[in-house]
Amino acid sequence: MRHSRKLAGALYAAPVAVFVLVFFVAPLLLVGRMSASDWPLLAGDRGINLPANYEGIADNPLFWPAVGFTLKYTGIVVVLLIGLSLLLALIVADRRKGTGFFRSAYFLPTTLGLASASLLFFGFYSPAIGPLDPMLEALGLEPVSWLGTPTAALWSTVVLIVWKFAGFFMIILLVGLQSIPPDVYEAARLDGAGRMQSFWHVTVPLLRPALGLVLILSVTGSLLAFDQFFILTKGGPDNSTVTVVQLIYREAFQRFDLGAAAAISVVVLAALLVLNIVQFRALRKDA
Amino acid sequence: MSTRLWSTSYYVLAGGLAVLFLFPLVWTGYASVAPHGATNQQDGFGFGNYASLLDYDAGLLRYLWNSTYVSVLTVALTLALSIAGGYAFARFTFRGKDTLFLLTLAILMVPYSTLLIPLYSMLGDLGLRNTLAGLALVLTLYQLPFAVFMMRISFEAVPKEIEESAMCDGAGTFGVLTRIMLFAVWPGLITVGLFSFLAAWNDFIAPLILISSADKAVLPVAIANLRQQSMGAVDFGATQAGVVVMALPCLVLFALLQRHYVRGFMSGAIKG
Repeated sequence: MRHSRKLAGALYAAPVAVFVLVFFVAPLLLVGRMSASDWPLLAGDRGINLPANYEGIADNPLFWPAVGFTLKYTGIVVVLLIGLSLLLALIVADRRKGTGFFRSAYFLPTTLGLASASLLFFGFYSPAIGPLDPMLEALGLEPVSWLGTPTAALWSTVVLIVWKFAGFFMIILLVGLQSIPPDVYEAARLDGAGRMQSFWHVTVPLLRPALGLVLILSVTGSLLAFDQFFILTKGGPDNSTVTVVQLIYREAFQRFDLGAAAAISVVVLAALLVLNIVQFRALRKDA
Repeated sequence: MSTRLWSTSYYVLAGGLAVLFLFPLVWTGYASVAPHGATNQQDGFGFGNYASLLDYDAGLLRYLWNSTYVSVLTVALTLALSIAGGYAFARFTFRGKDTLFLLTLAILMVPYSTLLIPLYSMLGDLGLRNTLAGLALVLTLYQLPFAVFMMRISFEAVPKEIEESAMCDGAGTFGVLTRIMLFAVWPGLITVGLFSFLAAWNDFIAPLILISSADKAVLPVAIANLRQQSMGAVDFGATQAGVVVMALPCLVLFALLQRHYVRGFMSGAIKG
């Protein structure tokens, strides 16, 4: 009986095991091999090419600018997203008249796909049909080239991402806020704490796990940014908004060098693993 | 007096933010039917932009079909794998159980782009590149960590007594699963189905890389390509009509299944 139950368990787990081996473990091993090989897109494997693919990364004129831009973009997005989503969560945390409507309004952009949202803002920022320039003109101001300069392209994309994801992070923080027992606030009030004091000394420390999750999700998501820049700015103007993942895509499918693309992918994977371990450690230690 | 002032400023802030969040959504709906010189809807309000989508390249209906097919296949694969796997992880002990579970969750640690490069090559060897089935398999991979985790905790939450009494009546493990357990875990099934559908429907980079022929394109890639049409002139009206077509199913699902959205996020919070 016990023996057959073990067998049954293994049988139920078998589809997942096979799937994970074929579509996760095998590609993971293959990307390592590709990164060490001369592997043109069309010709396929042409043998070991070590360490040329890895040496080529640092020589790629776009690599360091892409790393710098991705880090800068991540820093801006993470700060703005966490700040705004915390504000939204605080706004809708207590049941008042209209909070149900506000929750839905802030959350609705999250239901769109990232590519859809990027295409939406592609029109929204365009001089052809966008509503922003007519509004500026009505105020007697000059129209703005929303995607025309490196700075404008960066901030326009940041606005898109904050708009798209703030409601998502609001929900995570809202769940965290609602798990704080009300008597903690009561105790703080009896001790003479004002609104700001109880926010900084009660809410923020108790919200730490939820804030930690929001931090990890927003850092990882921003470091791997692709859709929004591919659709909205195409990396321009003048390659000023090329992210690391876009660079991988370009190496593989525009310069047809899968070996070089695989090498960058392996470096990105290693960097992310280290970063995630550091973030987990830091959050766990402080908790 | 001061509470009234506070209440007024609360509603000004909350309402102002709501306007900012809703404005782009309202605008895209408006822009898709409003008359505009740069679009196929020149005079008065109407559906000219949607009409140009119908005729664009392989046609809107073909892209809708492709997207629906890939999404439904991804949901079916994800549900089948996560039901069997979740049941195994929740109710059985077997060799390699913990390793397999951790390995499945580890998929989350590996960036999409890192796996897409070797998957592009592998699917070519398997004859699955540039096929909708191959795309659905890759999309399923990225749903597995969440889905298996969700189904495992769903099965674990079912009281063991229900199962044991059925076992005494002579039902095997498969009978227990199909006749009893599946009914007990249906909220988990809806959450997994909802999230895998939305992820597949909206995914961009996987179909961009894995699908090369126009008649197999899915909606997001087709609409993104539409922009580069006809000598660099962008059809902004058709683009916004495409955004509306892509967004509508997502908004409807949100309206119908709000509670299941929040459940998904909450289990995400536990996961962290």
